[in-house]
Amino acid sequence: MRREKRVLVAIVIASTLLVSILGYMYLTEIGQRETVYVGTTTSLYDTGLLDVLKEEYEADHPGTNIAFISAGTGIALEHGKNGDVDVLLVHSPALEYQFMEEGFGVNRKIFAYNFFVIVGPPEDPAGINGTGPTEALQTLLEYGRSTGGPIWVSRDDRSGTNQKEIALWGEAGFDYDTIKQEGWFLSSGSGMGATLQVADERGLYTLSDIGTYLKYRADGLIGLERLVENDETLINVYSAIAVNNTRVSHVNFQGAMQFIQFMVSQRVQEIIAEYGADTLGRPLFNPAVDVLRTGQPADVAGWIRSYAYFDVGGTLYECPPQWRIGEYGLYS
Amino acid sequence: MTVEEEIVAITLRSLAVSGMASLLAAGIGLPIGVLLGLRHFRGRDTLTSLFRGLMSLPTVALGLILYLIFSRAGPLGFLRLLYTPAALVIGQAILVLPIMVSITTETVENVNPSIRDLALTLGADERGAAVSVMRESLGGIVLALSASFSRAISELGVALMIGGNLQGLTRVLTTSIALETTRGEIMLGLALTAILLSLMIVFNILLNVAERRVRWWLWE
Repeated sequence: MRREKRVLVAIVIASTLLVSILGYMYLTEIGQRETVYVGTTTSLYDTGLLDVLKEEYEADHPGTNIAFISAGTGIALEHGKNGDVDVLLVHSPALEYQFMEEGFGVNRKIFAYNFFVIVGPPEDPAGINGTGPTEALQTLLEYGRSTGGPIWVSRDDRSGTNQKEIALWGEAGFDYDTIKQEGWFLSSGSGMGATLQVADERGLYTLSDIGTYLKYRADGLIGLERLVENDETLINVYSAIAVNNTRVSHVNFQGAMQFIQFMVSQRVQEIIAEYGADTLGRPLFNPAVDVLRTGQPADVAGWIRSYAYFDVGGTLYECPPQWRIGEYGLYS
Repeated sequence: MTVEEEIVAITLRSLAVSGMASLLAAGIGLPIGVLLGLRHFRGRDTLTSLFRGLMSLPTVALGLILYLIFSRAGPLGFLRLLYTPAALVIGQAILVLPIMVSITTETVENVNPSIRDLALTLGADERGAAVSVMRESLGGIVLALSASFSRAISELGVALMIGGNLQGLTRVLTTSIALETTRGEIMLGLALTAILLSLMIVFNILLNVAERRVRWWLWE
């Protein structure tokens, strides 16, 4: 049948076209530039800083492509264990320690820090403005229990920010998993931006990273005020960790180490120090490499050490010697 | 690359990836659908129910399953497909296959059985009769294509989990909308949404025109 033949020919042409395009896409992908996969936390990626660094790096290393996989710290570490990323940029010392202790990560280097903030409605019904974090959380809890209505919203997604929140409640003397069940405590289960909007909409308090907060505030998306900030216990430390190629096969270890060296280089540290100053009125991150090398300013260096260093046999290490591979001039 | 160029590139990539995924799904799904619609065999009802059930597979769940399969630690990790456009095409094709199969089956099945009998009476062989049925089912098959493409281009879970939203590689319209929203770039997110919707409306207008042309062509 002629008609049938035509239909057949059309099908054959369409599928040939399909296969060739697919093949082309696949081949261009394989024969392409070397790619370094960087697993990163959302609070870092969403600020846009990494897009700037990607351009810098690719200009320096023609032929290399940086691919950021942006996810919460928990799933980012999971990507590392599976060998789907070569290097991690994360901010949860407790989870990092576990990851490295299990042998998945090596050559950890702290590259930046900033502070979390406790934000809330401008009228501040619970009256926590100006208090310290521990006192603020205790006040909020009591206020919440007395009024019964929702007062606090938590991301509750095991992100770095959520890990910090759990630790802060612990320091205030409460068990996160217990108070989570109470009526004044809401769980948004979503990212920082969405959680800030929930807090704004419903007049709640929450813990936020400074980057997301400033961005949302500058864009007029939220009216929340910073009520508790610049306290030692609110410090937020970002580190880079290479995935251990002796434990996880196939990862691009050389590429990962080159990227870490780039992150701690003088030039990138300067970019980090300035990022956000022009658009948001103040920088979002502080470079950490010089602070830790010189120990100045002493208070900040001390805070980072006590919060983000690993205690091995009574000594504090940025990266304990047994978890270092190769010599990349990272530790002096 | 300026923002405008970036948006154009993302839009084209979305069309290419989801278009290929739908074609791939059509290549596999249409024959299965026609078969399920025309033939009656043991287990057929179970199969059609299975495909209908799979239509409700959450995109993020499929993304998770495919991530575990395509991950370096997974069974197909050696293919190095994770975070490539090819993985995205395969993922979306799997996602829309049940839609393709279910709509085709239903359409073919509901073509008046007398048409097949008539064709056979008029001297057509089995294959010829099948073509007559196909011709009557054209509207439903076009709907299957449209629904599949719509689902593919509007899904987010698979694109995030196995595409990774990599700039210049696997960043498509939906992942851009999600990213710009979390970044607080609400207006950009809305603009991208407007692009996606207008594209789909234009696509469906073109598809309607194409359907008329094909109908005319099949009848000569």
